[in-house]
Amino acid sequence: MGDAAPAGAETATRPVGWRSIVADWGSDQQAFKEVSWGKAMMWIFLLSDTFIFGCFLLSYMTVRMSTTVPWPNPSEVFALQIGGTSLPLILIAIMTFVLISSSGTMAMAVNYGYRRDRAKTAVLMLVTAAFGATFVSMQAFEWTKLIREGVRPWENPWGAAQFGSSFFMITGFHGTHVTIGVIFLIIIARKVWRGDFDSGRKGFFTSRKGRYENVEIMGLYWHFVDLVWVFIFAFFYLW
Amino acid sequence: MAHATAGTSGQQHPIKLYLVVWAWLFVLSTGSYLVDYFHLHGTLRWSLILLFMILKAGLIVAVFMHMAWERLALMYAILVPPVLVVVFMMLMVFEADYTLFTRERFFAVEPTGAANAPHVPAPM
Repeated sequence: MGDAAPAGAETATRPVGWRSIVADWGSDQQAFKEVSWGKAMMWIFLLSDTFIFGCFLLSYMTVRMSTTVPWPNPSEVFALQIGGTSLPLILIAIMTFVLISSSGTMAMAVNYGYRRDRAKTAVLMLVTAAFGATFVSMQAFEWTKLIREGVRPWENPWGAAQFGSSFFMITGFHGTHVTIGVIFLIIIARKVWRGDFDSGRKGFFTSRKGRYENVEIMGLYWHFVDLVWVFIFAFFYLW
Repeated sequence: MAHATAGTSGQQHPIKLYLVVWAWLFVLSTGSYLVDYFHLHGTLRWSLILLFMILKAGLIVAVFMHMAWERLALMYAILVPPVLVVVFMMLMVFEADYTLFTRERFFAVEPTGAANAPHVPAPM
């Protein structure tokens, strides 16, 4: 498959609705029309990642439902003392807002990328990376606090031992995803800033020319990280 | 909404759309935080958590990830397989219930029940 962007005109005359699925998946053609191979592969990777996080949350559900020991109350475990008052889950709420804001700036970076506005795209991507780094720092603070309070993967002072293992596994894997995202955001932002997608400069790793679509593919990954946090926030912290 | 797709130049939508979705995500996140802040309990708590979660996830996937403007072939290829996770979840609910039953029935020393339940003696 070539590097050319997918053509849009050919789909205008194709069937619509349910018939379009059968028609698109028929043999001897490209199934995902108007979507480049890069974007399709990112979607398929994200689908596989969905199963990984799905299995983590499932195992968390299973151990929480089957334990005979009371589950620690997340509202109290993750409360912080600010100015003498105890605010439940406040750090987690701030982390949620930080990550949502990073998704907002990323969406705008994609938009400016397609308008060939290099400066705005690169700056918005770096802002996104900064929000991501902030998120990971707050998570590191949270881990430190919990470890000091005696939370381990095999025990904790408040109840079911499975709390610690679920917490470290789920938030650790998510934090790793955020960290990898921050690194790649900086790499792509540098390419945008330098004008690689206009000059056709070849990538150091792939030896292929990039397009502004790379910003959107990067965005897909970043929004997915935000999406996973929505589920972790609901099931692990609020439930 | 297919009109917004601008052919070869990729996904092009007005900035205002992203700002509106961004604002909604803030509102919904605040909503789910308030569920915990006001100590809502029982069915109301769970249904609100799930509602806010699904709305947020839907907005992110549909608008931020541009799924709303993709062709059905891609939409279904990506969005249908996660249904299997829900099936898996239902299997594990039965499994967890059974594990809990055996623990209570044969190894009971501690009480059980929903998370955060008050300490009551185990019935024999």
